[in-house]
Amino acid sequence: MSKRKFDIFAKGFFKENPTFVLLLGMCPTLATTTSAINGLSMGLATLFVLVLSNIVISAIAPVVPDKVHIPVYIVVIATFVTILQFAMQAYTPDMYKTLGLFIPLIVVNCIVLGRAEAFASKNGIVDSALDGLGIGFGFTMSLTVLGMVREILGSGSIFGWKFIAGDGLLVFVMAPGAFLALGYLMVLFNRIAKKN
Amino acid sequence: MAVKSNLINMAVCLTAVCLVCSALLGGMYVLTAEPIAKANAEILKASIGAVLPEGGELSEAMPIEVGGQPSEYYVSASGDEVKAYAVKSTTVGFGGPLTLMVGITPEGSVYNTSVLSHTETPGLGAKCTTDERFYSQFKGFDPSGKILSVTKDGGDVDAITASTITSRAYALAVKNAVEAIKNIKGE
Repeated sequence: MSKRKFDIFAKGFFKENPTFVLLLGMCPTLATTTSAINGLSMGLATLFVLVLSNIVISAIAPVVPDKVHIPVYIVVIATFVTILQFAMQAYTPDMYKTLGLFIPLIVVNCIVLGRAEAFASKNGIVDSALDGLGIGFGFTMSLTVLGMVREILGSGSIFGWKFIAGDGLLVFVMAPGAFLALGYLMVLFNRIAKKN
Repeated sequence: MAVKSNLINMAVCLTAVCLVCSALLGGMYVLTAEPIAKANAEILKASIGAVLPEGGELSEAMPIEVGGQPSEYYVSASGDEVKAYAVKSTTVGFGGPLTLMVGITPEGSVYNTSVLSHTETPGLGAKCTTDERFYSQFKGFDPSGKILSVTKDGGDVDAITASTITSRAYALAVKNAVEAIKNIKGE
């Protein structure tokens, strides 16, 4: 893999991390990270849509008239989200039970449309796929970390494994705790990123 | 970069994209319709199995009115002897409808309960599916001696911490189910 290709892939983790640096897709970030496993699943679901929509959009972008490019991208993204929803409902009904509510929201997740608009429509198929993978894994990593922090503080467990009896600091499971945890993680993340 | 738009190429492009996408979705729907139906049936069967005693032949779904709303129930019987009823009961929780499957013995007490679907807050109301201290209270609950509502309302059900509304909805769903079966037997 050439240096340039690797950079396209790796920038999603630190330099352009969607959650901690670009602050994109805050709705699913705050809503689904009540536990590490929910964050991880939501991240992977978004990754799937992001990679496929990036590939298709980079392939069709040259022939799409510019005035209708947003509706066309949204239709493509919505198609992949619905396919994912059908597949999850059929083959992982347990996961669908917890995440089902948030899957349709991937359509309006600004990361997906943002990458389509900012990257996939101007770059080749391979680069767009790498971009989707990098941003997708970066998003998954951020959501899992945030979910872990909130689960440890809020429920006293990690990946469903409980290490204290009773409840944790319940506020971290609720929306205010999501903002608090995200804020502190962002500070920590940017501090580390600046040092390097 | 993108081509310049005019009325014709915009219409052609949108039509083509939508056609391809609907075809894809239609195909996916056909492909997954059977596994989805199977998965849903399995969830339903598992939830009925969880709230009824072992053994007994399960009937088809039959209509019933639970809490003023149409719902369905199942009878588990061996021969002519009814072993238990399973009632689907829906109330409104904190985040939306809360649907339970309630198993009821012929004597009218609760055998067991299980949540079919809910949209409660994760980590709070959603604990009604995982907090054993909460849902095990309904196991073997005898409504002739105890009251099916949360302690805050003068009943005998301990609510989940910080989730009184969900606990209330849960208790009400069980209560409605018990009453619905009582009505059926009274007929």
